[in-house]
Amino acid sequence: MFDFLEGYDLLGAFWVTVQLTVISAIGSLIWGTLLAAMRVSPVPLMRGFGTAYVNVVRNIPLTVIIVFTSLGLFQTLGVSMGAKDFTTINFRLAVLGLIAYTAAFVCEAVRSGINTVPVGQVEAARAIGLDFPQVLRLIVLPQAFRSVVGPLANVLIALTKNTTVAAAIGVGEAALLMREMIENEAQLILISVIFAVGFICLTLPTGLLLGRLSKKVAVKR
Amino acid sequence: MNPRKLTKAGVAAAAALALSFSVAGCGDDGGGGGTGGDNEKITVGIKFDQPGLGLKTPDGTYTGFDVDVATYVAKELGHDPGDIEWKEAKSADRETMLQRGDVDFITASYSINDERAEKVDFAGPYLLAHQDVLIRADDNSITKPSDLNNKKLCSVTGSTSAQNIKTKVAPEAQLQEYGGYSECLTGLENGVIDALTTDDSILAGYAAQEEFKGKFKLGGFKLSNENYGIGVQKGSELKAQINTALEKMVADGSWEQAVKKNFGPAGYKNEPPPKIGEIVR
Repeated sequence: MFDFLEGYDLLGAFWVTVQLTVISAIGSLIWGTLLAAMRVSPVPLMRGFGTAYVNVVRNIPLTVIIVFTSLGLFQTLGVSMGAKDFTTINFRLAVLGLIAYTAAFVCEAVRSGINTVPVGQVEAARAIGLDFPQVLRLIVLPQAFRSVVGPLANVLIALTKNTTVAAAIGVGEAALLMREMIENEAQLILISVIFAVGFICLTLPTGLLLGRLSKKVAVKR
Repeated sequence: MNPRKLTKAGVAAAAALALSFSVAGCGDDGGGGGTGGDNEKITVGIKFDQPGLGLKTPDGTYTGFDVDVATYVAKELGHDPGDIEWKEAKSADRETMLQRGDVDFITASYSINDERAEKVDFAGPYLLAHQDVLIRADDNSITKPSDLNNKKLCSVTGSTSAQNIKTKVAPEAQLQEYGGYSECLTGLENGVIDALTTDDSILAGYAAQEEFKGKFKLGGFKLSNENYGIGVQKGSELKAQINTALEKMVADGSWEQAVKKNFGPAGYKNEPPPKIGEIVR
């Protein structure tokens, strides 16, 4: 029944999916945290930028963003991300697009975490002479992150599945291999099930592990 | 929202739901059972997005070679052009649509191969196409298939043509895969991509479009053989009737006319009409 799988690099394709997910996750965590910091900062310009960024980017379909990185940034503006061959260029463009998109959701999750920290703590921190970056770094963010592990796990699972959109600009990940196999084998349902199971294998452990972690690190108030 | 409004919205939603169900029910009756006989309608699957083969125009009519062939065949089966219901048959959906009986037959650049022939029956072939490349009209650096090796090629994600390039034709070439041909054409126009590759019939259709006239040319390489067949349900008696219709279409010259009309402007040198049941490997 499964002999049609022969000749396809299923693991290799899922490995690219994992790479896309991990690199984009790290990138969007950093960029998303910076955005959250901007949104709660005392500088109006930064607050404005943070708010505008989140509201614009999270309301654009991911496909549009990913296709734009290729057609707009690469083809029209010539941004090749320091690479020469299409495989590397597309991979990096996809990572860029995924970071830009996912960071908006990370930002909102982190900001909701910041709101869980009692105002009194911030006031106390300011009273002993800490400036804004210090308050954020030493007092607010450590507690905020501990309370948003759960929501961030949601974002990570969504990101894992969103990497399939990278097939639209030809990144050789799982969804691209799926299209090749459907084209060749005329086994639509069976192939779809195999790839669905593959994604569950990636996301289910992520959800369970991070779910346990979130219980363990949660701030008891 | 006050409770009264809420009830109203609920009633409206329920009505909409009921309506959509009943509409869906009608669609099934009209579309599925029409394998000739007492029902006058016939449902045909085509591509909606391939100029020259099957294209839905903005005013809701359909043009292309596949459309002309389907119209002729339907006429021979006893259905007027007005009785044809066109349905979009995307590449990945074609086998399922036939097996479920959503369409009576499919003419949608449907290449005959063994895997597909296990699931559905093919009438024809009605056109022998080849994988080819479309290059900029002023580009003289690509004259033979081996020239492609250090070039930048583009095709549709997961398509047979894309896989063919990776494994056989030009493994050294860089391949860009996009969701559709139009993205490739943008790249070809502004020089990021050197050649767009897929079946020559599809390429000719694009090159013949008004906005691209004179900008692109076909390479004329025969990189593969694609035998376009008409897909019907496994074991359907339509196969024999369609084959007869196709033979008649070639014999009375309508086939030649349809080729000229749809591919002519691109300088496409078509193969002679294929013999029914003869598949060129």
